Amino acid sequence: MSFLLVQALSGLATAATLFLVSSGLTIVFGVTRIVNFAHGSFYMVGAYAGWSLIERFGGTPAGFWGSVAAAALAMGVLGAAMEIGLLRRLYRSPELFQLLGTFGVVLVVQDLTAWAWGPEDLLGRRAPGLKGSIDILDQPFPLYDLVLIGLGPLVLGLLWLLFNRTRWGTLVRAATQDREMTSALGVDPARLFTGVLFLGCALAGLGGALQVPRESVTLQMDMAIVVEAFVVVVVGGMGSLTGAFLASLLIGQLQAFGILVFPQITLVIVFLFMAVVLVLRPHGLLGRAEEVPPTAPATVTVPLSAGRHAGPWALALLALLAAAPLVAGDYALILLTEVVILALFAASLHLLIGLGGLVSFGHAAWFGLGAYGSALLVKHLGAPMPLALAGAPVLAGLGALVAGWFCVRRSGLYFAMLTLAFAQIVWSIAFQWYAVTGGDNGILGVWPPAWAAGKATYYWLTLGLCGGALWLLRRAAFAPFGYALRAGRDSGLRAESVGIDVRRFQWMAFVLAGTAAGLAGGLYAFAKGSVFPTLLAVPQSVDALVMVLMGGIQTVAGPLAGALVFHLLESEVMSLTDWWRLVLGLIIVALVLVFPKGIVGFLSGIRRRA
Amino acid sequence: MKHRHPTASPLAKLLRPAALGATLSIAIAAAALTAGPAAAQSAKEPVKFSGAPVRVGEINSYTGLPAFTIPYRQGWQLALEEINAEGGVIGCCELQVVSRDDAGKPDDAVRVAQELVTNEAVDVLAGTYFSHIGLAVADFAARNKMPFVAAEPLTDAITWSKGNRYTFRLRPSTYMQAAMLVEEAAKLPAKRWATVAPNYEYGQSAVAWFRQLLKEKRPDVEFVAEQWPVQGKLEAGPTVQALAAAKPDAIFNVTFGADLAKFVREGEGRGLFRNRKVVSLLTGEPEYLEPMKDEAPEGWIVTGYPWDQIDTPAHKAFVAAYTARFKESPKAGSIVGYITMKAVAAAITKAKSANAEPIVDALAGLTIDSPVGPVTFRASDHQATMGAYVGTTTVKDGRGTMKDWRYADGANYLPPDDAARKMRPAE
Repeated sequence: MSFLLVQALSGLATAATLFLVSSGLTIVFGVTRIVNFAHGSFYMVGAYAGWSLIERFGGTPAGFWGSVAAAALAMGVLGAAMEIGLLRRLYRSPELFQLLGTFGVVLVVQDLTAWAWGPEDLLGRRAPGLKGSIDILDQPFPLYDLVLIGLGPLVLGLLWLLFNRTRWGTLVRAATQDREMTSALGVDPARLFTGVLFLGCALAGLGGALQVPRESVTLQMDMAIVVEAFVVVVVGGMGSLTGAFLASLLIGQLQAFGILVFPQITLVIVFLFMAVVLVLRPHGLLGRAEEVPPTAPATVTVPLSAGRHAGPWALALLALLAAAPLVAGDYALILLTEVVILALFAASLHLLIGLGGLVSFGHAAWFGLGAYGSALLVKHLGAPMPLALAGAPVLAGLGALVAGWFCVRRSGLYFAMLTLAFAQIVWSIAFQWYAVTGGDNGILGVWPPAWAAGKATYYWLTLGLCGGALWLLRRAAFAPFGYALRAGRDSGLRAESVGIDVRRFQWMAFVLAGTAAGLAGGLYAFAKGSVFPTLLAVPQSVDALVMVLMGGIQTVAGPLAGALVFHLLESEVMSLTDWWRLVLGLIIVALVLVFPKGIVGFLSGIRRRA
Repeated sequence: MKHRHPTASPLAKLLRPAALGATLSIAIAAAALTAGPAAAQSAKEPVKFSGAPVRVGEINSYTGLPAFTIPYRQGWQLALEEINAEGGVIGCCELQVVSRDDAGKPDDAVRVAQELVTNEAVDVLAGTYFSHIGLAVADFAARNKMPFVAAEPLTDAITWSKGNRYTFRLRPSTYMQAAMLVEEAAKLPAKRWATVAPNYEYGQSAVAWFRQLLKEKRPDVEFVAEQWPVQGKLEAGPTVQALAAAKPDAIFNVTFGADLAKFVREGEGRGLFRNRKVVSLLTGEPEYLEPMKDEAPEGWIVTGYPWDQIDTPAHKAFVAAYTARFKESPKAGSIVGYITMKAVAAAITKAKSANAEPIVDALAGLTIDSPVGPVTFRASDHQATMGAYVGTTTVKDGRGTMKDWRYADGANYLPPDDAARKMRPAE
């Protein structure tokens, strides 16, 4: 009994940290609709700043808590600076474009932190006066964790007072409910947003600095926390502080007791929980229906156009690409092969985002399933390459068929997070099912047979298959299917009333996108010779999103240009310098600022003006 | 003869100004770094090379895991400078290294390996830290018939179940390190054991080997609890509590890095280690022990690298050269990087050729003298006999270190040649 109590208390201490970080995220999202990928970076830098201050001043209780507060405030200032310098310029860009900007910030912050604090893990000092433990029913329990448990509700209470008893809080709540109306009533939204970013990032920094006495500060903290914080926000219901609190408590307890019952399930337990909650409750635990954010590209003013002479242009490009082996060396051909594969991967995601208004955070699931489909056929059945390649889209399509049925029943960020949950579940299966998938050591020896082993031959094969798939995707976009999908995106209600079964079309789009991504994955497996769970992991999904957003979501050619630019940038910068994340991040931020509609959007803007 | 003029990709040509800038800044940084006595010495009497340089393509997770890979890089840099100052390889040729980051992803590593082979015309591949990346590059090496010296990956698969003709591995494998610890664990009176290990192949095979080998030596032990935290995301409080609840006599730990620090802190706070022996993999390596400062665990039985206490002349010379060159103490990664490059050079010299097949033949059975003693790449399974130091952790002068240690020669902890050969796929 006493053991269970202490286990529950441990869960509460975990929950407190989760709540601090995710409350900041939910506030920022609720007001600005920005999916702030950099939230975890503020948590990490908060921890580093906290570590430095605590090493210097943390010898006394006043010094320690002063250091924590100072680190939190510093993160708030950085957050406000990011709003003024970057995000403010993007409010008129397509929704989610800020996501790309914050992703650039993540990369920049990672390298700057490594540069400033060095690569080694830093173990900070313990909180003075709270070093020991007390016995609770004969079980020792750390004092500091007790303080954390108290801090959670305290911060919740303070935030509640701030939002319900101050004028600023009232304005923020007003902006959360109706941004346009609030600004029409004379409230400067820019200043409000700066304040909100300050608050949100300060909370992230506070959560980070409070970790110093519990664990060492590392360069991996940012990605570790940001996904979990998103889960909490979505499970709780977006924009709902009490929801975030409740979700933190549940997830904290789930982790504390989950490891007792199934020690092996740690990888996926949080995502399983999120999937169950989202399937049962469309808006999270405490979210309200009217607060569901439209993540569809609502600012699309020009409908997707077929473009004049698109056909000849595409054929000319294809001919040019097909001629590449005449001049390019082996490595350039390999890069081009990867670009073509990634272009199909990005285009398949674009089908969901651009046409369906469905932003997926887990698109790598289908890419990876395709890769695994091919690899498993080769490894377990000794299938020849053509058969294995045919199997890739089938397995991915089947996966998407199942997951899609659940996902399209949700919208906005709830849809996005449900796709992420499915991706994580698929990932953990690949990661843990050793007998079949080889676990994290992957499947090796998936090389093309002799007739396709030449770099040029495999490139032509890839170009042919991807070109064909891209042509089909484009056909779909301008077929009645694509129009129905866009009708559902722009006005679900009107689409329903003219007899379009929006959900069914979205489901079909999901399966189509999954199938296309699966083909890309299968080709990727043979290009690399091996598959690993990393192909299904979050960074792969993020890469796809970045490619789509970089190219611009309003044009069919966008994802192709995005894949080309992103992949070449990444691979070339990576071989030039160890600071490639800094360089890449800065380039992304610059691109976002210069081309707020994506590269292709910018180019077609010029053409229209001319 | 292979052509020696790397062809740049079209984009590289486009990016030439940028590349120039980067090269320039790297050159400046290198110049600043090399302002040590060693560099001054070699500058006095530059070595003349009569033959074409031999090129090594080196890949590691420099941005993914800088805390471990930067000391490793400094290790091979030191070795490289020594090799070239002593006349290079085959007595005629400069050894050149082209180093690349793999971003911690196996598919990036394969692309980088391809770039090194086709654009940089390297003759040997070396490096990698993560097991899955090591395996991906090993498979690439076999496919492209390139010799590959895997420096740091620990997985048994790279030399056994997925071993191939072209791949050799230096560092003692998971099996070897587990076997070294079992020897000590079997001497303990403890009968009830609990295990905690990260939830991936390394953790799982470490625990599996430990259980199997300990049961063989001590049929009376039982394993009463196991915890499998996610690598990098250990929930310290609940994990410690769950282990304590099983009331084990001893604990086998495989967690490392940030997870280990959390585990130690929380375990001390909750009295998990009171009256319990802990046997722990790799914890004695400075990479893991030093960040914990005075909170490093006391009395754990570990494998590691007590660099400051090893007083063989060869090792003392290595430590002196390393600290003079980089102004910091060596880590376990440093010695691995150093021996890796020395082994590559020795293989090339033994082969008297920069071609793949002779180098592979030379690597099989190659013995070199290293700062830790003689190291042989076994011809049977391509595993090096580099060992590890087994001892007990302690805190001295406010930092963690090892005491009562001995060098466990890897040769004594490997299955016999026949058995090892049987575990490898047929060639």
